[in-house]
Amino acid sequence: MNAMTQTSSRFQQGLTRLLQSRVADILSYPHGVDRYLEVFNPLWSVNEVRAKVEAVRYLTNDSVTLTLRPNHNWEGFIPGQFVQLSVTINGKRQTRCYSPANSLHRADGCIELTAKVHANGFVSRHLREQLSVGDVVLLSQADGEFALPEQRPEQVLLISGGSGITPVMSMLRTLCDEGFSGPITFLHYANSAADMIYASELDEIARTHDNVTLVRCFNDEGEQGELSGLFSREHLYIAAPEFAQATTFLCGPPPMMAAVEKVWEEDGLAERLHKEQFTLAAPQIESDSAEGEVRFVQSEKMAINNGATLLEQAESAGLTPESGCRMGICHACTCRKTAGDVRDIRTGEISSGEEDIQICVSVPVGTVTLDI
Amino acid sequence: MSIFSNLTAEQFETIGQELDAIRNREMADLGEKDANYIRTLIKRQRRLEVAGRGLLMAGFLPPAWLAGVACLSASKILDNMEIGHNVMHGQYDWMGDPAINSKVFDWDNTCTNTAWKQTHNFEHHTFTNVLDKDHDIGYGILRMSDDQDWEPRFLFNPILAGILATFFQHFVAIQSLKLEDYLVYKTKTKEELKAEFKPTWKKMRKQLFKDYLLFPALAGPFAPFVFAGNVTANLARNLWSSQVIFNGHFPEEVEQFPESVIENETRGQWYVRQLLGSANFEGGRLMHVMSGNLSFQIEHHLFPDMPAHRYAKIAPEVRAICEKHGLPYNTGSFVKQSLSVWKRIFKLSLPSKTQGGSDKGPLNGLRAKVVSLTREPQSETRKAA
Repeated sequence: MNAMTQTSSRFQQGLTRLLQSRVADILSYPHGVDRYLEVFNPLWSVNEVRAKVEAVRYLTNDSVTLTLRPNHNWEGFIPGQFVQLSVTINGKRQTRCYSPANSLHRADGCIELTAKVHANGFVSRHLREQLSVGDVVLLSQADGEFALPEQRPEQVLLISGGSGITPVMSMLRTLCDEGFSGPITFLHYANSAADMIYASELDEIARTHDNVTLVRCFNDEGEQGELSGLFSREHLYIAAPEFAQATTFLCGPPPMMAAVEKVWEEDGLAERLHKEQFTLAAPQIESDSAEGEVRFVQSEKMAINNGATLLEQAESAGLTPESGCRMGICHACTCRKTAGDVRDIRTGEISSGEEDIQICVSVPVGTVTLDI
Repeated sequence: MSIFSNLTAEQFETIGQELDAIRNREMADLGEKDANYIRTLIKRQRRLEVAGRGLLMAGFLPPAWLAGVACLSASKILDNMEIGHNVMHGQYDWMGDPAINSKVFDWDNTCTNTAWKQTHNFEHHTFTNVLDKDHDIGYGILRMSDDQDWEPRFLFNPILAGILATFFQHFVAIQSLKLEDYLVYKTKTKEELKAEFKPTWKKMRKQLFKDYLLFPALAGPFAPFVFAGNVTANLARNLWSSQVIFNGHFPEEVEQFPESVIENETRGQWYVRQLLGSANFEGGRLMHVMSGNLSFQIEHHLFPDMPAHRYAKIAPEVRAICEKHGLPYNTGSFVKQSLSVWKRIFKLSLPSKTQGGSDKGPLNGLRAKVVSLTREPQSETRKAA
C-alpha cells in the first residue's frame, strides 16, 4: 500500500514537473497549460489553487462553514492568515477574504472557512444558499501579517468579536493540537449565544484543557455568558487580569477593535497586541461635503463625486474594474490616478498627483481622474 | 444623393437613441447565460485542438490526418474568431476572469494582443470605412475604394488579395507596422520599422516554432505529416477568416467615407456610418459561430463590446430601425457577398472611370456623397430640417 502511494506521488511529481516545463509552455502557447488542464478537470492546474467543496455546514442561523480540499498547489498557511476565495455569481467572479479556522495540524489536508451571512452580503449569501458539495472554488495562497509566531508565546490572549473568531479559532485549535501548556484566554464577543460560531467546540476545548479559559460575552441581556455588554477595561480585568504579560491576538468589528487598541495603547503595550482588521470600517460617506467629479478616462465616463470609494463610484457608473478583496489587501483593483487627491479610508492619509492607487480604499477629495 | 446626407439632425438623434436603447437593455441583462456560452465554447475549442494535434501525430494514416486537420482548423477558427476576436473586444471583461479578459487574452495567431487592439479595436472600429484612417481598407496593399488613387501596382489587385488571404495571420500581425509607409511612400525609416517589428517578431517566432518545429518533432519520423497538417490548418483559418472579414466591409454597395465625415461626428452619425459601412451574410447557427458572429457585422459594428452571441437576437430590431429610417441593411448569402467582394477587387485593379467628378458610371452615387460630405455636414442637416 505504502509503496503504491509512493509510486503514485512520484508519478504526480514527474507529471507536474513536465507540465511546468518550458516545452509544455511552448506547446500550449499562447494560452498556457492551465487553460487546457481545466477543460478536463476543474481542479487540475499547475499554478492556481483551486479547491473542492467537501462539506457545507450551518453552525448558526447566519453563518456558513465550508470544508475545502485544495489541490496540490496549496502551500499551506499560518494560523491567523487569510485567503482570498473566488466564486462565480451570475457569470461574474467575486472575491472575498476569509481566514481559515482549522488547526494547522488537521490530518486530512482540508481547510475550513466560516463566513457570517449578512442580509445584504452578496457573496456570503451565495455561499450559504447556493454553494454545494462538489463545487470547485478558486483560492489564493494564504497571506497576512496576523499570524501565530513560529516561536509560540508563553501566554496567549485571544480576543474576537462576531465572525472575527475564525483566525483566533485556528490559533486555539493549533495550540491545543500541539499540546501547548501555557495559559490561553479566549475572550469572545457575540450578540447572543445562538449567534456564537463554534460555541459547542469551544465548550469542549475548555472542558478538556485545563490551561484554556473561555470567557463569552453576549450583547443581549439575559444571555448565559460569563460577561455581557461591550468590551471595557473592566471586562479585561475579570477575564484576563494578567493581560499585560500575554501576547494578544485581536480580530473583530472596527468599534470593538478600537476599544481594545485604546487600552493597550494607554498601558504602553501596543507592541504586544497583534490585530487583524476583519471588516473594513465603512467610509464616512459625506455626500454633502463631497465635491467635484470622478473622471474615468479610458471608458470616457464621468460621475459626480458622492463620497463613496472610487471602486464603488466606478461600479455605479457602469464600469467593471478589476477588484478583489475590497479592503485594500489584494491589490487587484490598483490603477493609475492621473490627477486629483484621494483619501485612504484606512489611514485617513491624503495623497495627490499621478500615482497608482488601490481604488477600493480610496475616496476622492475633489475632482479625481482615473485611467480606467 | 447618399442617404447619409439626407438625414436630418433629429433623425440622427432618434436613430442614436433607438440603438442606445437596444444596447442598454442587452448590457443590463449580461450574466450567467453569456458566461456559460463563452466557457462552453472555449472548452469545445480546447478539446478540438487537443484532438486535432493528437490525431495528426498519427497523420501517416490518411483518415487520421484528415480528421486531425479538420479538428485543428476548426479549433484555430474558433480560437481566432468567436473567442479571440470577441474576448479582445472586451465583450466578456465584466466577468472578472483574467483568462477571458481583453487585457490578458492572447490568441493562436501571430498577431499580438496589443497590436490587434490598436489596429482593430481602435482604428478600424472607430474610423470604420473612413479613407486614410481605417487601415482595413486594403490593408495597405490593395485598392479597395474608388477614392484611393490608382497606382500601377494595383494592376495586381486580385493576385495581391489572394496573397493577403493566404498569409492573412501574418498580414494582420504586421498591419500595425504600416509597411507601405516604408516600402512605397518612404515616410518611415528602416530603424523605426525594426523597433516596431520587435514585439510582433517575438510572437511570430513562438507561433511558427510551435506549429512548424516542435509539434512535428514530437511525431519523430512522421514529422512531415504533422508539418503538412499544421500548414493546412493555418491556411484554412487564413482563407476563411479573411473572406469573412472582407464580406463584412467590401461588398459593392457598402459605403466608404472621406476623412471630413468624422469631424464633429455625433453618436447618431457614428452609428449610421457603422450601418452603412458594414454588411452581413446569412447562414445557420454553425455558420454564425464559425464566423465569430461577424456574419452580423452590422450589429457587431454598432455594439462591438456586446457578447456576439446576442447579435442574432437583436438583428431583426436593428433591421426594423433601418427600414423605418430608410437606411439600407446590407445582407445576402455568403456566396453572394463573396462574389460581390471579388468583383470589387477586380474592378478596382483598373483606374476608375469616374475620377474627376464625371456624373456617369456606376459609382456616381458614391462620388456625390463624397462631395456632399466634404461640405459642412452641419449646414446640410440644418437645411434639411
